[in-house]
Amino acid sequence: MEKTWNNKAWFLVLPVLLLVGFSAVIPLMTVVNYSVQDTFGNNVFFWSGLTWFEQVLHSRRFHEALLRNLAFSFTILAIQIPLGIFIALNMPRKGIGVPICLVLMALPLLIPWNVVGTIWQVFGRVDIGLLGRTLAAMGINYNYATDPVAAWVTVIVMDVWHWTSLVVLLCYAGLVSIPDAYYQAAKIDGASRWSVFRYIQLPKMHRVLLIAVLLRFMDSFMIYTEPFVVTGGGPGSTTTFLSIDLVKMAIGQFDLGPAAAMSIIYFLIILLLSWVFYTVMTNYDSGR
Amino acid sequence: MLELRNVSKTVGAETHIDAVDLTLEHGSLNVLLGPTLSGKTTLMRIMAGLERPTSGSVWFDGADVTGIAPQRRNVAMVHQQFINYPSMSVYENIASPLRLAGLDRKTIDAKVRKAADLMKLTPMLDRLPLNLSGGQQQRTALARAIVKDAALVLLDEPLANLDYKLREELRAELPRIFAEAGSIFVYATTEPSEALLLGGNTATLSQGRVTQFGPTIEVFRRPNDLLTAQTFADPPLNTILLDKKGNRFLLDGGVGLPVPVEATSAPDGSYTIGFQPHHLSLAPAGPDAVGVTARVTITEITGSESFVHLAYGDAAWVMLTPGIHTFEVDETIEVFIDPRHLMVFDPAGRAVHSPPLAA
Repeated sequence: MEKTWNNKAWFLVLPVLLLVGFSAVIPLMTVVNYSVQDTFGNNVFFWSGLTWFEQVLHSRRFHEALLRNLAFSFTILAIQIPLGIFIALNMPRKGIGVPICLVLMALPLLIPWNVVGTIWQVFGRVDIGLLGRTLAAMGINYNYATDPVAAWVTVIVMDVWHWTSLVVLLCYAGLVSIPDAYYQAAKIDGASRWSVFRYIQLPKMHRVLLIAVLLRFMDSFMIYTEPFVVTGGGPGSTTTFLSIDLVKMAIGQFDLGPAAAMSIIYFLIILLLSWVFYTVMTNYDSGR
Repeated sequence: MLELRNVSKTVGAETHIDAVDLTLEHGSLNVLLGPTLSGKTTLMRIMAGLERPTSGSVWFDGADVTGIAPQRRNVAMVHQQFINYPSMSVYENIASPLRLAGLDRKTIDAKVRKAADLMKLTPMLDRLPLNLSGGQQQRTALARAIVKDAALVLLDEPLANLDYKLREELRAELPRIFAEAGSIFVYATTEPSEALLLGGNTATLSQGRVTQFGPTIEVFRRPNDLLTAQTFADPPLNTILLDKKGNRFLLDGGVGLPVPVEATSAPDGSYTIGFQPHHLSLAPAGPDAVGVTARVTITEITGSESFVHLAYGDAAWVMLTPGIHTFEVDETIEVFIDPRHLMVFDPAGRAVHSPPLAA
């Protein structure tokens, strides 16, 4: 059959191209532009090549922030994924409990990032916070403003509180889609609770789990608001993640060039790690 | 021998199974035939031990197994959906019940290969179930059920989700597979033709009750009551309420349908006459055939046969006739009823007369 070519149809795509151009491509190009130039003010720019990239890649500050990010993301995944699966497995499948649990689970997800930060900042304060005072009364020395361990624990617990629900909801969706006949078959086989989980529920959930891991990884790797509100990156620089460092550099110190270079590197790292995650997990899926 | 003794199952106010008595022998194939929601699956779940009857008991080889868990009953079940362990290969899937039974590696391997061979799965043993066609997935599930050498094998509409061709193919193989194992097979289906093709025994189910149980052909040809006859007919059984006077059933316009000899002694009154769609024809099938004038409502052509839907008075009939016919809607045609195949039911629905088994 002859294909019909209608070049006018391209005009229909134009608005989208313009929109994407203004919202994504042009800003990104601005950053690229900054990253290869230097300025001493007065809007005068000098070509600086890849100097900024070299500087950022060799700076200890960047390495430390990157390590913190990786440590944070992996800790988050190690807690949220098993915890999410565990909660989803124990959620009711029918009756009045279902909507109650779903609403309870969805609540943290509806709270804006900075509000979550503020909630925990107040909650954990030793002088007025419920958690801080309780812990102090129990004789536990907890002060996220001075103790790095306490600061890390706070940021992690906060993220777990905020985002485990997402994993729970995704896993729950995967679980309820398993036909009842699978459980009957397992029952007739005399399979144990663990076998049912290992050979029916986990394989049936692995697609949503893949999405959950990816989403949680990308999101936690870009963490900014909550630690910024609670610890401001401190004490010292112990909770200064890449994003916080980036903002400090760009807006605090106004080092536009290095900041632009850093944001491009940051973006590429996220892209690369996400791709690695995705490839590994999908290959694992089809490889067997 | 599996016995259901007066088994009932109620959930809330709803009765799912209503006082079922059933005895199934070793080495037999038993079809549970009934429409959707007639209780086939619930009955199977009770047989498997997945559900406990509200009252009554289940006996196996003379022992009461009513409260015993399914894994201790030596049963296997195949579902309408293709149920296999998704992350295990076909081999591991077939082997799974044997591994749980704790058999040694060599025995397992031999049994799995034999079952795979029987189900024509040998080339797919290393694949994952999801990478197989629907037919192969269901073969895997069947192999898992067979390999166990279970005393009771339950098949809950195993072919319903397969496409037409695969269904025909697998159905043709099933009797051979059943014959090789010595188990009690129970096969649930909604299709009367499937019951007839499988043979064995058939229990017709209607609203949770077993209306009749016996050799399939006997239940089909000589149903005890109108409900059984209607359950075991597709296209639906043609029926009409007629008055019997002496040796005639009175039809419109004075023509009479001869009363079968065995039923002539029955008292006069109104009876429900039933006959299968292929016992209506365009030309008299025998010397006794009676012609009536009916109105065509629709004609469906399958290729070699035509389903002609007819209205005769208040009755809606279907005629299954060879060849292709293109009748106009509302055209009136003369059709012939073959009185040799009439079923006669009294007002309570009990059979007064049924046609002979073979004819």
